[in-house]
Amino acid sequence: MLRQASRLLTRSIAATQQPIKVVGARPMSTDLPATPVEDSAFVESWNKVAPNIDPPRTPSAFMKPRPPTPSTIPSKITVNFVLPYASELSNMEVDMVIIPATSGQMGVMPGHVPSIAELKPGVLSVHEGNDVKKYFLSGGFAFVHANSVADIVAVDAVPIDHIDENLVQKGLADFNLKLSSATTELEKAEAQIGVYVHSALNSALAG
Amino acid sequence: MASNAAVPFWRSAGMTYITYSNLCANLVRQCLKEPYKTEALSREKVHFSLSKFVDGNPQKPVIRSDSPTE
Repeated sequence: MLRQASRLLTRSIAATQQPIKVVGARPMSTDLPATPVEDSAFVESWNKVAPNIDPPRTPSAFMKPRPPTPSTIPSKITVNFVLPYASELSNMEVDMVIIPATSGQMGVMPGHVPSIAELKPGVLSVHEGNDVKKYFLSGGFAFVHANSVADIVAVDAVPIDHIDENLVQKGLADFNLKLSSATTELEKAEAQIGVYVHSALNSALAG
Repeated sequence: MASNAAVPFWRSAGMTYITYSNLCANLVRQCLKEPYKTEALSREKVHFSLSKFVDGNPQKPVIRSDSPTE
Protein backbone atom coordinates (compact mmCIF):
# COMPACT_ATOMS: atom_id res chain seq x y z
CA MET A 1 0.00 0.00 0.00
CA LEU A 2 2.87 2.28 0.83
CA ARG A 3 4.46 1.43 -2.45
CA GLN A 4 1.25 2.48 -4.14
CA ALA A 5 1.19 5.72 -2.17
CA SER A 6 4.62 6.84 -3.37
CA ARG A 7 3.58 6.21 -6.93
CA LEU A 8 0.38 8.24 -6.44
CA LEU A 9 2.36 11.01 -4.77
CA THR A 10 4.81 11.39 -7.65
CA ARG A 11 1.96 11.25 -10.10
CA SER A 12 0.06 14.00 -8.33
CA ILE A 13 3.19 16.18 -8.26
CA ALA A 14 3.73 15.55 -11.94
CA ALA A 15 0.09 16.30 -12.61
CA THR A 16 0.22 19.58 -10.72
CA GLN A 17 3.53 20.54 -12.23
CA GLN A 18 2.27 20.07 -15.76
CA PRO A 19 -0.31 22.89 -15.76
CA ILE A 20 2.14 25.26 -14.07
CA LYS A 21 4.61 24.70 -16.88
CA VAL A 22 1.88 25.38 -19.46
CA VAL A 23 0.89 28.60 -17.74
CA GLY A 24 4.51 29.74 -17.76
CA ALA A 25 4.84 29.00 -21.48
CA ARG A 26 1.60 30.77 -22.37
CA PRO A 27 2.09 34.11 -24.17
CA MET A 28 0.99 37.34 -22.61
CA SER A 29 -2.44 38.50 -23.67
CA THR A 30 -0.88 41.59 -25.24
CA ASP A 31 1.32 39.44 -27.49
CA LEU A 32 -0.66 38.99 -30.68
CA PRO A 33 -0.19 35.69 -32.45
CA ALA A 34 1.73 36.11 -35.68
CA THR A 35 -0.70 36.27 -38.56
CA PRO A 36 -0.10 33.46 -41.01
CA VAL A 37 1.15 34.96 -44.25
CA GLU A 38 0.37 31.83 -46.24
CA ASP A 39 -2.59 29.53 -46.43
CA SER A 40 -1.48 26.57 -44.26
CA ALA A 41 -3.96 24.20 -45.92
CA PHE A 42 -2.45 25.03 -49.30
CA VAL A 43 1.14 24.54 -48.09
CA GLU A 44 0.19 21.21 -46.53
CA SER A 45 -1.38 19.85 -49.68
CA TRP A 46 1.49 21.22 -51.75
CA ASN A 47 4.01 19.33 -49.58
CA LYS A 48 1.98 16.15 -50.09
CA VAL A 49 2.20 16.45 -53.88
CA ALA A 50 5.67 17.99 -54.25
CA PRO A 51 7.70 17.53 -51.06
CA ASN A 52 10.99 18.59 -52.71
CA ILE A 53 9.78 21.90 -54.13
CA ASP A 54 9.12 25.03 -52.11
CA PRO A 55 5.51 26.15 -52.29
CA PRO A 56 4.98 29.13 -54.60
CA ARG A 57 4.31 32.55 -53.13
CA THR A 58 0.64 33.40 -53.37
CA PRO A 59 -1.07 36.82 -53.38
CA SER A 60 -1.91 36.36 -49.72
CA ALA A 61 1.84 36.39 -49.05
CA PHE A 62 2.53 39.40 -51.28
CA MET A 63 -0.29 41.67 -50.21
CA LYS A 64 -0.09 43.46 -46.94
CA PRO A 65 -3.32 43.19 -44.96
CA ARG A 66 -5.19 46.39 -44.22
CA PRO A 67 -4.27 47.94 -40.88
CA PRO A 68 -6.87 47.12 -38.22
CA THR A 69 -9.41 49.68 -37.11
CA PRO A 70 -7.85 51.48 -34.13
CA SER A 71 -9.98 51.91 -31.01
CA THR A 72 -9.19 55.63 -30.84
CA ILE A 73 -9.58 57.93 -33.84
CA PRO A 74 -6.15 58.79 -35.31
CA SER A 75 -5.28 62.45 -35.88
CA LYS A 76 -4.60 61.99 -39.61
CA ILE A 77 -6.38 60.29 -42.46
CA THR A 78 -4.39 58.10 -44.87
CA VAL A 79 -5.18 58.86 -48.50
CA ASN A 80 -4.49 56.78 -51.59
CA PHE A 81 -5.28 58.65 -54.79
CA VAL A 82 -4.91 56.58 -57.94
CA LEU A 83 -5.24 57.29 -61.68
CA PRO A 84 -5.06 54.70 -64.46
CA TYR A 85 -1.56 55.88 -65.40
CA ALA A 86 -0.17 57.21 -62.13
CA SER A 87 -0.36 57.01 -58.37
CA GLU A 88 -0.81 60.62 -57.33
CA LEU A 89 -0.86 60.13 -53.57
CA SER A 90 0.12 56.90 -51.93
CA ASN A 91 -0.35 56.32 -48.21
CA MET A 92 -0.23 60.04 -47.57
CA GLU A 93 -1.29 61.18 -44.12
CA VAL A 94 -3.32 64.39 -44.27
CA ASP A 95 -5.77 66.31 -42.09
CA MET A 96 -8.75 66.31 -44.42
CA VAL A 97 -9.82 65.68 -48.01
CA ILE A 98 -12.86 67.22 -49.68
CA ILE A 99 -14.28 64.85 -52.27
CA PRO A 100 -16.67 65.93 -55.07
CA ALA A 101 -19.34 63.23 -54.63
CA THR A 102 -22.48 63.19 -56.78
CA SER A 103 -24.49 63.83 -53.62
CA GLY A 104 -22.44 66.95 -52.83
CA GLN A 105 -19.03 67.93 -51.52
CA MET A 106 -17.90 65.42 -48.91
CA GLY A 107 -15.36 66.41 -46.28
CA VAL A 108 -13.53 63.32 -45.05
CA MET A 109 -11.68 63.53 -41.76
CA PRO A 110 -10.19 60.78 -39.56
CA GLY A 111 -12.89 58.52 -38.13
CA HIS A 112 -15.30 59.08 -41.02
CA VAL A 113 -18.13 56.58 -41.43
CA PRO A 114 -17.16 53.89 -43.97
CA SER A 115 -18.78 54.79 -47.27
CA ILE A 116 -18.55 54.52 -51.04
CA ALA A 117 -19.25 57.58 -53.16
CA GLU A 118 -19.52 58.14 -56.90
CA LEU A 119 -17.59 61.22 -57.94
CA LYS A 120 -18.75 63.98 -60.25
CA PRO A 121 -16.47 66.30 -62.23
CA GLY A 122 -15.22 68.67 -59.57
CA VAL A 123 -12.45 69.74 -57.24
CA LEU A 124 -10.69 67.40 -54.86
CA SER A 125 -8.84 69.33 -52.19
CA VAL A 126 -6.28 67.77 -49.91
CA HIS A 127 -5.70 69.71 -46.68
CA GLU A 128 -2.38 69.16 -44.94
CA GLY A 129 -1.74 71.75 -42.26
CA ASN A 130 -1.98 75.12 -44.06
CA ASP A 131 -1.24 73.54 -47.43
CA VAL A 132 -4.21 72.89 -49.71
CA LYS A 133 -3.59 70.86 -52.86
CA LYS A 134 -6.37 71.07 -55.43
CA TYR A 135 -7.03 68.66 -58.28
CA PHE A 136 -9.82 68.64 -60.82
CA LEU A 137 -11.28 65.13 -61.13
CA SER A 138 -13.28 64.06 -64.16
CA GLY A 139 -15.17 61.37 -62.28
CA GLY A 140 -14.59 58.12 -60.46
CA PHE A 141 -15.20 56.59 -57.07
CA ALA A 142 -14.09 57.13 -53.50
CA PHE A 143 -13.96 54.49 -50.79
CA VAL A 144 -13.71 55.52 -47.17
CA HIS A 145 -12.76 52.68 -44.82
CA ALA A 146 -13.46 52.34 -41.12
CA ASN A 147 -9.73 52.46 -40.26
CA SER A 148 -9.41 56.10 -41.47
CA VAL A 149 -8.08 55.13 -44.89
CA ALA A 150 -9.60 56.73 -47.99
CA ASP A 151 -9.07 55.39 -51.51
CA ILE A 152 -9.86 57.78 -54.35
CA VAL A 153 -9.96 56.39 -57.88
CA ALA A 154 -10.42 58.77 -60.81
CA VAL A 155 -10.43 58.44 -64.60
CA ASP A 156 -8.37 61.60 -65.01
CA ALA A 157 -7.23 64.30 -62.63
CA VAL A 158 -5.24 67.47 -63.22
CA PRO A 159 -3.90 70.17 -60.90
CA ILE A 160 -6.15 73.25 -61.11
CA ASP A 161 -3.41 75.51 -62.52
CA HIS A 162 -3.01 73.27 -65.60
CA ILE A 163 -6.48 74.24 -66.85
CA ASP A 164 -6.73 76.84 -69.63
CA GLU A 165 -9.46 79.35 -68.85
CA ASN A 166 -10.02 80.44 -72.47
CA LEU A 167 -10.57 76.86 -73.63
CA VAL A 168 -13.10 76.35 -70.83
CA GLN A 169 -15.10 79.44 -71.87
CA LYS A 170 -14.97 78.38 -75.52
CA GLY A 171 -16.06 74.81 -74.67
CA LEU A 172 -18.91 76.06 -72.52
CA ALA A 173 -20.22 78.27 -75.34
CA ASP A 174 -19.80 75.44 -77.89
CA PHE A 175 -21.71 72.90 -75.85
CA ASN A 176 -24.49 75.37 -74.99
CA LEU A 177 -24.93 75.86 -78.75
CA LYS A 178 -24.88 72.08 -79.30
CA LEU A 179 -27.46 71.56 -76.57
CA SER A 180 -29.92 73.91 -78.26
CA SER A 181 -29.44 72.27 -81.66
CA ALA A 182 -29.39 68.62 -80.47
CA THR A 183 -32.06 66.42 -82.02
CA THR A 184 -31.63 62.88 -80.67
CA GLU A 185 -31.63 62.03 -77.00
CA LEU A 186 -28.02 60.79 -77.16
CA GLU A 187 -26.80 64.02 -78.74
CA LYS A 188 -28.68 65.97 -76.14
CA ALA A 189 -27.10 63.96 -73.31
CA GLU A 190 -23.62 64.42 -74.80
CA ALA A 191 -24.13 68.17 -75.01
CA GLN A 192 -25.54 68.19 -71.50
CA ILE A 193 -22.42 66.41 -70.21
CA GLY A 194 -20.29 68.96 -72.07
CA VAL A 195 -22.07 71.87 -70.44
CA TYR A 196 -21.88 70.15 -67.07
CA VAL A 197 -18.14 69.43 -67.24
CA HIS A 198 -17.26 72.88 -68.53
CA SER A 199 -19.34 74.68 -65.92
CA ALA A 200 -17.66 72.51 -63.26
CA LEU A 201 -14.26 73.52 -64.68
CA ASN A 202 -15.38 77.13 -64.70
CA SER A 203 -16.47 77.13 -61.09
CA ALA A 204 -13.23 75.33 -60.14
CA LEU A 205 -11.23 78.16 -61.70
CA ALA A 206 -13.42 80.78 -60.06
CA GLY A 207 -13.43 79.25 -56.59
CA MET B 1 -27.35 68.42 -62.43
CA ALA B 2 -26.73 65.80 -59.73
CA SER B 3 -30.31 64.69 -59.73
CA ASN B 4 -31.80 62.34 -57.21
CA ALA B 5 -33.60 60.38 -59.92
CA ALA B 6 -33.15 56.61 -59.99
CA VAL B 7 -31.32 56.83 -63.31
CA PRO B 8 -29.00 59.69 -64.33
CA PHE B 9 -29.82 61.54 -67.57
CA TRP B 10 -26.92 60.00 -69.52
CA ARG B 11 -28.06 56.51 -68.54
CA SER B 12 -31.58 57.09 -69.82
CA ALA B 13 -30.05 58.34 -73.09
CA GLY B 14 -28.44 54.91 -73.53
CA MET B 15 -24.91 55.64 -72.35
CA THR B 16 -22.99 53.30 -70.08
CA TYR B 17 -20.97 54.53 -67.12
CA ILE B 18 -17.74 53.83 -69.03
CA THR B 19 -18.89 55.96 -71.97
CA TYR B 20 -19.95 58.74 -69.65
CA SER B 21 -16.80 58.78 -67.54
CA ASN B 22 -14.50 58.60 -70.57
CA LEU B 23 -16.40 61.46 -72.18
CA CYS B 24 -15.99 63.54 -69.02
CA ALA B 25 -12.28 62.71 -68.77
CA ASN B 26 -11.77 63.61 -72.41
CA LEU B 27 -13.47 66.98 -72.02
CA VAL B 28 -11.21 67.74 -69.08
CA ARG B 29 -8.12 66.80 -71.10
CA GLN B 30 -9.22 69.12 -73.93
CA CYS B 31 -9.23 72.09 -71.55
CA LEU B 32 -5.61 71.79 -70.40
CA LYS B 33 -2.82 74.27 -71.05
CA GLU B 34 -0.47 73.38 -73.86
CA PRO B 35 2.42 71.22 -72.64
CA TYR B 36 0.04 69.17 -70.48
CA LYS B 37 -2.68 68.87 -73.13
CA THR B 38 -0.59 67.06 -75.76
CA GLU B 39 0.90 64.87 -73.05
CA ALA B 40 -2.52 63.88 -71.72
CA LEU B 41 -3.97 63.26 -75.19
CA SER B 42 -0.99 61.19 -76.37
CA ARG B 43 -1.32 59.04 -73.27
CA GLU B 44 -4.82 58.05 -74.36
CA LYS B 45 -3.86 57.15 -77.94
CA VAL B 46 -4.34 53.58 -79.09
CA HIS B 47 -2.59 52.00 -82.08
CA PHE B 48 -3.90 49.01 -83.99
CA SER B 49 -2.24 46.93 -86.65
CA LEU B 50 -5.01 45.46 -88.79
CA SER B 51 -4.49 42.80 -91.42
CA LYS B 52 -7.36 41.08 -93.18
CA PHE B 53 -7.17 37.41 -94.08
CA VAL B 54 -8.06 36.43 -97.63
CA ASP B 55 -8.10 32.71 -98.47
CA GLY B 56 -6.19 31.94 -95.31
CA ASN B 57 -3.40 34.43 -96.07
CA PRO B 58 -2.88 37.68 -94.19
CA GLN B 59 -2.91 40.82 -96.33
CA LYS B 60 -0.66 43.83 -95.85
CA PRO B 61 -1.22 45.19 -92.30
CA VAL B 62 -2.72 48.65 -91.90
CA ILE B 63 -1.74 50.77 -88.91
CA ARG B 64 -4.69 52.56 -87.36
CA SER B 65 -4.25 55.15 -84.66
CA ASP B 66 -7.28 55.99 -82.60
CA SER B 67 -7.44 58.81 -80.16
CA PRO B 68 -10.56 59.21 -78.04
CA THR B 69 -11.41 62.49 -79.76
CA GLU B 70 -13.22 62.13 -83.01
